[in-house]
Amino acid sequence: MSNNHAIIAEDVYKHFGEIKALDGVSIQGEAGKVLGLLGPNGAGKTTLVRILTTLLKPDSGTIRVGGLNVLRQKRHVREIIGLAGQYAAVDEVLTGRENLVMVGRLYHLSRGDAMRRADELLRQFALSDAGDRLVKTYSGGMRRRLDLAASIVARPRILFLDEPTTGLDARARIAMWDTIRTLVSGGTTLLLTTQYLEEADELADKIVVIDHGKVIAEGTSDELKANLASDFIDITLHDPDHTAKAAEALATISVDAPQADKARGHVVIDVENGAQSIAEVVRALDSQDIHIDTLNMRRPSLNDVFLSITGEEIVEEEIKPQRRGFGRRRSA
Amino acid sequence: MTQQTATAAFSAGASQSSALQRFVWNFTDTLIVMRRNLYAYQRQPELLVFATIQPVIFLLLFTYVFGGAISFSTGGDYIGFLLPGIIIQTILFASANTTVGLSVDLSKGIIDRFRSLPMSRAAVLAGRTSADTLRGAFTVLIMIVAGTAIGFRFEDLGSGLIGLLLAVAFGYAVTWISATIGLFVKDPEAAQVAGFIWLFPLTFASSIFVPTQTMTADWLRAFAENQPVSVVANTVRDLMTGTVNPDEIVISLLWIAGIVAIFLPMAVWRYARVASR
Ligand SMILES: Nc1ncnc2c1ncn2[C@@H]1O[C@H](COP(=O)(O)OP(=O)(O)OP(=O)(O)O)[C@@H](O)[C@H]1O
Ligand SMILES: [Mg+2]
Repeated sequence: MSNNHAIIAEDVYKHFGEIKALDGVSIQGEAGKVLGLLGPNGAGKTTLVRILTTLLKPDSGTIRVGGLNVLRQKRHVREIIGLAGQYAAVDEVLTGRENLVMVGRLYHLSRGDAMRRADELLRQFALSDAGDRLVKTYSGGMRRRLDLAASIVARPRILFLDEPTTGLDARARIAMWDTIRTLVSGGTTLLLTTQYLEEADELADKIVVIDHGKVIAEGTSDELKANLASDFIDITLHDPDHTAKAAEALATISVDAPQADKARGHVVIDVENGAQSIAEVVRALDSQDIHIDTLNMRRPSLNDVFLSITGEEIVEEEIKPQRRGFGRRRSA
Repeated sequence: MTQQTATAAFSAGASQSSALQRFVWNFTDTLIVMRRNLYAYQRQPELLVFATIQPVIFLLLFTYVFGGAISFSTGGDYIGFLLPGIIIQTILFASANTTVGLSVDLSKGIIDRFRSLPMSRAAVLAGRTSADTLRGAFTVLIMIVAGTAIGFRFEDLGSGLIGLLLAVAFGYAVTWISATIGLFVKDPEAAQVAGFIWLFPLTFASSIFVPTQTMTADWLRAFAENQPVSVVANTVRDLMTGTVNPDEIVISLLWIAGIVAIFLPMAVWRYARVASR
């Protein structure tokens, strides 16, 4: 039963002085599945990943990875895991190829095997052309890809990716998703952290939402959305000055109080049945002479899920200044 | 079910890596990391150039500026006195690069990669200290060439070489102090200072540039005569000028062994704990 869990963390605490980075976190990742760890800046995602990958010692808690005790069998754990941390851990003074060969050699592959594997990975990650250039000259996206390649040199059974697409542009992000999907289709267990709801939705079989060092929700993306049995209607007004008036006019249609963003002339309401309510919305606004620029109906997103659990928008969290300067990726 | 089989197969594989195998890996891992560090130096030729020009300038300045004044107290041959000393100084400062190198690695995140690999823990450090020792040995070679150009001659090649080996061994011991400092400092900019600052009193309050008898304050002379830099510098100087004094050599070796015995474990201990970010 618990054999099916490749990743188990039970009641993990890690405090940095006053900061409760992890405050009693428990997660379970099924073998061969993708577990998505979702949370805003400073939620504790990286701390948990570092603990699971032997890099950091927790204050207390039980951690098992691949059936091994992470606190006691560090070296054996390191033989079966791969890690691509939040900050690309590649060697700038070497070329891409040398990086991969070195990692292969340190996994104790023979010279020949390490070189063949490096070749293969450079091709797989579209780095063949840049393979013999110093990593110093790589773009942020190339570094990320090289880092991911380095993490799977030894074909690990269990892979940890800490925000693998942060800092990538939209196209590179989608390419990265494809790569990750290919990886896990081979049976690799994956723990993936992300701040992007869409990413967790795309890749994860199960999602754990953490905030302030605590698990605040978990389930499949559908399960998380099921708590909100309604549709959302996003309205953008032609004239932002009408926002308050519009919100008032829509209050009777919306299940919860409408959310209004006055600066952008944006109103969001949630309704039982989107298709039926659209007509009501248009009528209500029309009768007040409020002009609509755009009107969208959508199923709840994970952002709405987050909002309903924490009362905070994730996007707003992202803009918040860093706690103690931690967390943001250096812009490459 | 398949999962269980996989786990079983894996653990069998893991335990097959015998103690002997793991022991051997300590060395191969070290060599791999050392090569990586040497590549880095090789790719910054300007760094090597300055690292060698600086001691050569020191050698010339001291020989020609102080040479006249100091030769009175050394009995004439200042280059024979100075060159071995400057070699020790060069070796010490080359060793200080370990502090900077490690802190740069720590700030770049490559150490995180190393720490997540099933490699020997000490290899990251030993690979760094041995690369820096080789770099130090290389600059010693340059010093010998430069010294020969301005009149230095070995009295006896055999004992001279032993002296140089002793100097390099001392440098190796010092890299472990530097490594320990680097792991405590972590910040590359701070490491630039922390890596070198402790070397100044040890270098100047020693017998490297001037005979310790010329120091007037008693406490200073007592320190300068007995601290390891002087002990090793004197031994190397004797060996390079053809005097073999076994007692001296033993004391120097004891210092070297003592430094390694304290700082190697300390660095490894610190490395295991250092949260690189
Ligand atoms: N070494 C450390 N020393 C002090 N505080 C730390 C340390 N590491 C993490 N923290 C703090 O612990 C909290 C959790 O940090 P963590 O990096 O795990 O968050 P995260 O979820 O990965 O955030 P992000 O999305 O920004 O990467 C933050 O408040 C952070 O400032
Ligand atoms: Mg993080």
